[in-house]
Amino acid sequence: MVEPDHHRFDTRALHAGQRPDPTTGSRAVPIHQTTSYVFDSVDHAAGLFNLEVSGHLYSRISNPTVAVLEERLASLEGGVGAVCTSSGQAALHLAVATILNAGDHVVASRNIYGGSHNLLNLTMPRFGITTTFVDPRDPDAFSAAIRPETRLVFAETLGNPGIEVLDVAAIAEVAHAHGLPLAVDSTFATPYLMRPIEHGADIVIHSVTKFLGGHGVAIGGVVVDGGRFDWAAGGKFPTLSEPYDGYHGITFTEEFGTAALSMRARAEGLRDFGGCMSPANAFYLLQGVETLPLRMARHVDNTHRVVEMLDAHDAVSWISHPSHPSHPDHELAARLYPNGAGAILSFGVHGGREAGRRFIEAVGLASHLANVGDAKTLVIHPGSTTHQQMSADDLAAAGIGEELIRLSVGLEDPDDICDDLSRALRASQKA
Amino acid sequence: MRFDVDGRSVHAATGAVPVDGTDATARPLVLLLHGAGMDRTVWSQQTRWLAHHDARAVAVDLPGHGRSDGPPLGSIAELAAWVAAVAEALGGPVHVVGHSMGAFIGLEAAAHHADSVASLVLMGLGAAMPVHPDLQAAADADDPLAADLMAGWMHGPDQKFGVNPTPGMTMTGTSRAVIETSPDGVLGLDLAMCAAYDGAADAAAAVTCPTTLVLGRLDRMTPRRAAQPIVDVLAHAMVVELATAGHAPMMEEPDVVRSALADHLARA
Ligand SMILES: Cc1ncc(COP(=O)(O)O)c(C=O)c1O
Repeated sequence: MVEPDHHRFDTRALHAGQRPDPTTGSRAVPIHQTTSYVFDSVDHAAGLFNLEVSGHLYSRISNPTVAVLEERLASLEGGVGAVCTSSGQAALHLAVATILNAGDHVVASRNIYGGSHNLLNLTMPRFGITTTFVDPRDPDAFSAAIRPETRLVFAETLGNPGIEVLDVAAIAEVAHAHGLPLAVDSTFATPYLMRPIEHGADIVIHSVTKFLGGHGVAIGGVVVDGGRFDWAAGGKFPTLSEPYDGYHGITFTEEFGTAALSMRARAEGLRDFGGCMSPANAFYLLQGVETLPLRMARHVDNTHRVVEMLDAHDAVSWISHPSHPSHPDHELAARLYPNGAGAILSFGVHGGREAGRRFIEAVGLASHLANVGDAKTLVIHPGSTTHQQMSADDLAAAGIGEELIRLSVGLEDPDDICDDLSRALRASQKA
Repeated sequence: MRFDVDGRSVHAATGAVPVDGTDATARPLVLLLHGAGMDRTVWSQQTRWLAHHDARAVAVDLPGHGRSDGPPLGSIAELAAWVAAVAEALGGPVHVVGHSMGAFIGLEAAAHHADSVASLVLMGLGAAMPVHPDLQAAADADDPLAADLMAGWMHGPDQKFGVNPTPGMTMTGTSRAVIETSPDGVLGLDLAMCAAYDGAADAAAAVTCPTTLVLGRLDRMTPRRAAQPIVDVLAHAMVVELATAGHAPMMEEPDVVRSALADHLARA
């Protein structure tokens, strides 16, 4: 049997979306630090503004450095295209605002990043878009929450902070049975560990800030368009399937078909909301993506070492990582994540909130901060930081105990990570 | 837009410019035909531009493809007759722009329905289009591998790296998605129809209308030399050769194809 003729994943992480610069020969992706681009002629300018011809016209809408990152991420995820944004939050907002209108409704997993929860639960309702939150492990709960005005199903491939493993195919099936797209936030997984489009997801969102960037130096987001969802079929998505005055009556599904969503997200979303990525940030984030396969493999190896160490430690009351047999999704993860279910885990410390605090204060190598997916090991106590806006009930529903410590395992020598954590665990038990 | 041909609804992109306005007949009517397993969107870099540059552009979904009613038609000759019916429904002879299987359809229509075809612009074609047996088998089985194989072969080697003229999009990813989402059975039927068609050289010899060929030197599905028998017999052909394009110049070199279209329409 012949093989498809395209570069494999690790090669695309380095090359997709770029060829050496034809004028200068630059091998690295140049930073196109420019706001705007000269037009060839009045006709060319008019054509660009009217989506008759493609190219760059103003860096809020597109930029050559950002476009390399977009094309690379689209390629790694197996999508048709991507739109990079100023942050992961901007990416979720861009997807929601491109697809939904006031009066529409989202069904979302309840175990999502606190910021995404805030956006959907508190902020979008001000614009007439409401969300029902459901258990990501229960496809029937998604189905039951879908209403006539529902337009989007949203979940994280690896949830927050319990690392709930989304059965992407099962939830995609529920969404598609109702004529709805499934969007997933796949920040914790990265395309190295999971490519949701291959399992039926329609849109993949990332906080590129995290493992894709990998070095904790730049904030960014992306919406990857899978291109398989039929936006015109049910008449539910007028932003995509009805004429739009913004570009002389264009109908995005008619003109762009599989690319309708990404074209509208850029042509309207970046043009009007303006949440674009800067070229310098795209450059930083590209440096990370180049080594994504190497880094993720090491993140996962180190995570397995840390899980082993925690498992054997007296001060640890429980561990939540899909690689641990006690995790409810252990078997699902083994099936969907043959290369490992990521490098973020949580665990409980005996002694509750106070012991948790002592642990955090005693770590030396691990950094106490509000981020994940850095090359360096990070720890946080979500109940007092990332999830502090949530009520006690919401916290409990999201599976966040007061003793919960979240760990983002970095790339240091695993012995040093384990030494640091076990020292802090011992300290946590000294009242 | 939608219109009826033989009682079946045909879907087409027109760049959101109506083709039946008051000034319509002053503008040449351009019918764009996609290739096997594809749809109207392969022309998205030309349709809207033509519509805003003094032409009436109608990029159709062939029967059973994209959003047009089925069933798909089973031979190049039937599709050529369908093109004549489309020309009639649209109210005049059409300038046919065809890619790959669409180029075969254009040749056959110009040879056998000459009154319906004002001129031809053809790209991604050879005198014959043999289909790799593994591709045919995958397409017959509706295996997504078929889309993957075609997307890999369809574009010039540069597209293994990318750099789509449309910022943020991937060309191979888009081609794969278009083929993958085509209705079941359609790609297998199309490919078999292309492989079975042996009338291209004869049709070309019978063509009398102005013709432009846009040929990619790095076309791996219909190599440049495979087009030579057609070039040799076409009486009024202008040939535009692209040094780095593969099988889909309208996507890979949209600027060049737009100017080839403008030059062609100016002389046709
Ligand atoms: C899973 C997940 N999604 C989205 C975000 C938001 O991304 P950003 O901080 O880049 O806006 C985060 C940030 O922590 C996250 O962890």
